[in-house]
Amino acid sequence: MSENLVVPTMAEMLAQGKQPEVLFWVGCAGSFDDRAKKITKAFVRILNRANVDFAVLGTEEGCTGDPAKRAGNEFLFQMQAFMNIEVLNAYEAKKIVTACPHCFNTLKNEYPELGGKYEVLHHTQFLKELLDSGRLTIEGGQFKGKKITFHDPCYLGRANKIYEAPRDLIQKLDAELVEMKRSKANGLCCGAGGAQMFKEPENGDKDINVERTEDALETNAQIIAAGCPFCNTMLTDGTKAKHREHDVKVLDVAELIANAQDL
Amino acid sequence: MSYLSSIVFLIILTVGVGFFAKNVKKIIRNIKLGKDVNRSDNASERWKNMALVAFGQKKMFTRPVPAVLHFALYAAFIITQIELLEILVDGIFGTHRFFKPSLGGFYTFLISFIEVLSLLALIATVAFLSRRNLLKLPRLNKVELLGWPQKDANLILIMEIVLVACIFTMNGTDEVLYNMGKSHFEGQGSFGFAISQHLGPALFGSLSEGTLHVLERVGWWGHFMMVMVFLNYLYYSKHLHIILAFPNTYFADLNPLGKFDNLESVTKEVKLMMDPNVDPFAAPAPDAEAVPSKFGASDVQDLNWVQLLNAYTCTECGRCTSSCPANQTGKKLSPRKIMMDTRDRLVEVGDNMDKNNGVFVPDNKSLLNDYITPEELWACTSCNACVEECPVNISPLSIIMDMRRYLVMEQSAAPMSLNAMMTNIENNSAPWQYSQMDRLNWKDEQ
Repeated sequence: MSENLVVPTMAEMLAQGKQPEVLFWVGCAGSFDDRAKKITKAFVRILNRANVDFAVLGTEEGCTGDPAKRAGNEFLFQMQAFMNIEVLNAYEAKKIVTACPHCFNTLKNEYPELGGKYEVLHHTQFLKELLDSGRLTIEGGQFKGKKITFHDPCYLGRANKIYEAPRDLIQKLDAELVEMKRSKANGLCCGAGGAQMFKEPENGDKDINVERTEDALETNAQIIAAGCPFCNTMLTDGTKAKHREHDVKVLDVAELIANAQDL
Repeated sequence: MSYLSSIVFLIILTVGVGFFAKNVKKIIRNIKLGKDVNRSDNASERWKNMALVAFGQKKMFTRPVPAVLHFALYAAFIITQIELLEILVDGIFGTHRFFKPSLGGFYTFLISFIEVLSLLALIATVAFLSRRNLLKLPRLNKVELLGWPQKDANLILIMEIVLVACIFTMNGTDEVLYNMGKSHFEGQGSFGFAISQHLGPALFGSLSEGTLHVLERVGWWGHFMMVMVFLNYLYYSKHLHIILAFPNTYFADLNPLGKFDNLESVTKEVKLMMDPNVDPFAAPAPDAEAVPSKFGASDVQDLNWVQLLNAYTCTECGRCTSSCPANQTGKKLSPRKIMMDTRDRLVEVGDNMDKNNGVFVPDNKSLLNDYITPEELWACTSCNACVEECPVNISPLSIIMDMRRYLVMEQSAAPMSLNAMMTNIENNSAPWQYSQMDRLNWKDEQ
């Protein structure tokens, strides 16, 4: 399939003397991880469909510093932060959307004190905005009547109290949203946060992602919806560990919407 | 006789309160060993938090069974203070049921209310004891509780049972005496207190007047003595939350849980590093904070005072640990243990100062390694479940993060794979080894 993704960069925009409505912060996973790149593309397809005037930083984007900060390396975090803030401020960015809750949290909560003040939205919040303003319509399509459970990413849910936006979107698919026994404020971590994604777990009797995947499988959902590229990886690995990867899919909320519209 | 008992009462009261005050001073001094952090902003939000979370116990109710039981104990504890007030007046002035004549029917209602709550508290206490010792709830039997912490918890519950028993002995025997017209309270009849008007005659009806007078005094003095004992036991127990929950919720972090503080000391250095106008060979300014600051925390003095207040406030309920993904999957990390260790070390540092005329003499120990191991710290996913769960807004996570900062920035002691991740971020601005120039390649990939 040939794709015609329209992905302008901030540099191109500036050259044309334009300022986009929103800057899409792709993030490292969204840029480099094969699985997460699919989420990035799905989100862009929706943005293109809804005629959203957006741009990315492209090669001028750098890690927000989140994994460094959670690992305890405040130096590296702040170096990354200052570099990114310099770029974002040079482009006079006002509104940022990202599909990664870790980037979202860092940009939204930790950059302002360092001089980076923006309106920051998680992609599920932004999609909800598009929906509410009538710029995007969602039809159930292939997900009509399917059982979907949503895994709350820690840095979206507990960290920033955003529980409803992703759920509202899933319900718009005419799907049956089922909750895990631990959800929202009680949601169990996927095991990737706090820089765990980049190291082996400490000795224990179980992997956290398997524990969490069991919660999801208990609901008998056919699809585990995620809102974070790292949760996505962890839960996908979890379904493999439980030998259920053939009948339970892990998909990002953006992918659900894009697939439902056959985008 | 009544003068003598008033004097004895006053002596016990003075010694009890005085000794407690002395220990409170120690707690305040120890908390002040922590670094400064500004929590004086947004007073209205803070009062609201305290009202809802500490006074209203809002966060307890996510687990309804212990919440209801705990609420009974809590309500009884608060209301019984009115009866304690009367005991103080009676004790000092040698009166008997001083409030009764002036309050009349309201007095009967008040004491009845106290009795009903005390009965509920008794039921709650028995339930709590069984949850700990018979049902052996996992969160109340974790490894960090073995030994003293478990004894401590049981002791507190037993003291509460004794306290309630004293209240009913006192009111029950006095009821029987009043029925006989022999109470120290003038007249004859029934006090009409909800429980003791039935319980008194049933339990003590057959006893002689002399025995009744003795038992009444045993109940009265017992109640008072238990309060004094309990007050002074607080300092040595995990039970300080009955007081500290209030300041602790007031001073808790109001930011979104995902927002970790940006170290100012680091900001200064990074800004200097990135400023092209800085003279790299310049001598440091003469007085600019003579002692170079330590990055992160290896001991209690490196933590801020709110974190130390957190440690004293923790009552070891273990909701944090039972919700911790690392702990649930068998890792060594237990957020409750982080708080217990912090307090134990803080007490050790305080005792050290007491022995050395108020100056801390290095003891070759630290919170890191001697109490909390790097293995525990590295098991954390920073998911905030512990912070969300804590009924009194303690943040074990902030301590874990400060200690990780010390490990990484002072000791370069991160796990190898994390060092690789950080090197990648430094070199190519991504946690993996991909060139920054390839960041937009996804656009054209199939």
